[in-house]
Amino acid sequence: MSRDVNQVMSRVVSRLMDRSGTAVLTIAGALALTTLVMVIVRVDPAEAYPALIRGAVADGNLEYTIASFVPTLGMALAFAIPLRTGEFNLGGDGQMALGGVVAAALALRVPLPSGIAVIVPLAAATLTGALVAGVSAPLRTRLGIPAIVTTLLISSPAVALASYLVRFPLAEAGTGNAQTPLIPDDAHLPSVGESGYVTLGLPLILLLTAAWLYVDGRTVLGYEIRATGANREFARYGGVPVDRLEISTLAGGGAFAGLVGGLIVLGPPFRFVDGALTAPGYTFTAIAAVLLATGRPVVVPFTVALMTILQVGGQGMERDAGVPSQLTQIMQGLIIVIVAVLATVRHRAGKRAVAAAIRADAPEPGEAEARSTEPARAGQAAGVTEAES
Amino acid sequence: MNILEWTFVASVLTATAPVVLAALGGLLCSVSGIFNMALEGQLLFGAFSAVVVSHLTGNAWCGVAGGVAATALYSAVLSVSAVTFRADPVVVAVGLNLLALGLTSFLMRRILGTAGTYTSPELRGLPTLASLGLGKITVIGPVLGPQSPLVPVAFVLVVAAAWWLKRTRSGLRLRGIGQHPEAAESLGLKVGPYRHGVVLAAGALCGLAGAQLALGNVTLFSEGMSAGRGWVAVVAVMLGGVRPYRVLGACLLFGVAEALGFRLQGVGLPQQFADAAPYVITLLALVLASVAGRRRSARLEFT
Repeated sequence: MSRDVNQVMSRVVSRLMDRSGTAVLTIAGALALTTLVMVIVRVDPAEAYPALIRGAVADGNLEYTIASFVPTLGMALAFAIPLRTGEFNLGGDGQMALGGVVAAALALRVPLPSGIAVIVPLAAATLTGALVAGVSAPLRTRLGIPAIVTTLLISSPAVALASYLVRFPLAEAGTGNAQTPLIPDDAHLPSVGESGYVTLGLPLILLLTAAWLYVDGRTVLGYEIRATGANREFARYGGVPVDRLEISTLAGGGAFAGLVGGLIVLGPPFRFVDGALTAPGYTFTAIAAVLLATGRPVVVPFTVALMTILQVGGQGMERDAGVPSQLTQIMQGLIIVIVAVLATVRHRAGKRAVAAAIRADAPEPGEAEARSTEPARAGQAAGVTEAES
Repeated sequence: MNILEWTFVASVLTATAPVVLAALGGLLCSVSGIFNMALEGQLLFGAFSAVVVSHLTGNAWCGVAGGVAATALYSAVLSVSAVTFRADPVVVAVGLNLLALGLTSFLMRRILGTAGTYTSPELRGLPTLASLGLGKITVIGPVLGPQSPLVPVAFVLVVAAAWWLKRTRSGLRLRGIGQHPEAAESLGLKVGPYRHGVVLAAGALCGLAGAQLALGNVTLFSEGMSAGRGWVAVVAVMLGGVRPYRVLGACLLFGVAEALGFRLQGVGLPQQFADAAPYVITLLALVLASVAGRRRSARLEFT
């Protein structure tokens, strides 16, 4: 009995080591390559990295980092939820921008009693995001157009539409700035802590993340979603409503993006400033974080925290050390590429081990098969294996 | 506003050229069985490296060569990860697109010393065909006159690619590799080198596309100046499949949308709508083509 427990424990530990090994290796590789870029263009890493850390966690900045953690975590869910069925949602920017515009319009134009003045715009923003992302679902299930393309193609016009609405119908009169007027006090998100940067959005998004983790890991719905991501046709054969799940996960992801838009607009500086939602690059920071988590939802909040520190720290690095903050974008891109490569390397190493074990009993079936497999599909970096229809 | 005048045709060709070059790269990858979604990042990287080399050497043609070489090198990341390591090309492409955005903005500040947009009277752009003596001929003059020499090259390359895939031994082999890699391998074809080759060729074509965008269409570099053209090229490949002329048609559709958007902006349409038009039209074309494709296959099933 106790030996069994020990065995299980050691297996769990070795698995964790193996998988977090990927993350550690990825970050080490990305850091090494980023440092190489720094050295080539004659930036002193010994100056840049401390400035990056200071920019993220030193006294005044920590609250700001926590404030940026909220939209990044929300956008991570916007990407991660559809990814569980094997779909890529790259249209987070458009879903977020339109969600934000709807929240701003409601807060500005519809007088609401103070109790629900925050809730209604947030709910509307969530719904808007879900609708914008949901459009891609029937295109995928009925017409077979990959969501990665449609979400992205819808995103640019959506951002343009939001920009138009903010610049013209909703613009602040008389200033010439591309922004809406300040939203009424009743619609302000209550702040948490002293600085005012961190709002009620933080506990809200943490709660919703916990809810997602529960649904994904512990419920039938979550199981069916994962089954769809692992092997679509097999799941369909097993009676899983694959198409319906596709729609709900895409819309669910979009809902989080829309909510993030609403949270940004209802938080400081309490207005929709054109470009302020998309400029910080929450969408792709979040994508890098989710891919870095390699298919373990529980790890997502931690990778998001790490990527947020890099992102916010990058701005501090620009202020303190004069190093352009785009360096963090380079690091994010490298992380995604390295994760993708390591995912298949690990996958193939695992296969080889299995093949070797089989070979001990039976004559050689392994190597040829391992080589002929199609390039590992989308989900593998995310830990789900997708079966293309 | 007259759509039918020759200058409109000229602006359609100008808008189409970078997209069709990038799409041609995507097409070659698609023929060999690799879905190349990194066109956007490569196009941006090509534009940037072309401008940097032209800025450093003072010669636009050196810029073109530099853009082509640097982008082919950049695409080696995709070819090594996707072909050698068999990593998921979609995930790698997402990373490479982001990396290109970061690298170009970062290096722009370090090498060119500005943020946002870099332009300078010393930056040499490509010559126009009119300045090379084509301006006076009827029809050809107004249509090709304002173009750089790379614009006709782009369209010639489409014809060349179509001929290569259809009529040559290596083209046939490439198609075979895409349709059934195991069968091709069993016949002794080296699948890996062919795929490496086309991914690198796609990089080179994107470099050419970027050079045309930054030194031909305009003479400047601005952050994120590819502005989704690489994605339009990806959609053009999805629309055209492995048929070069269909891909060209899809790219022309985008070119018309962009040129029309420019015109409408001139008569007072907000810029945001002009920006959005190419994407909306591309998306609609994709949806309509898929619906039509579905109808056709349904009809085949029932008769």
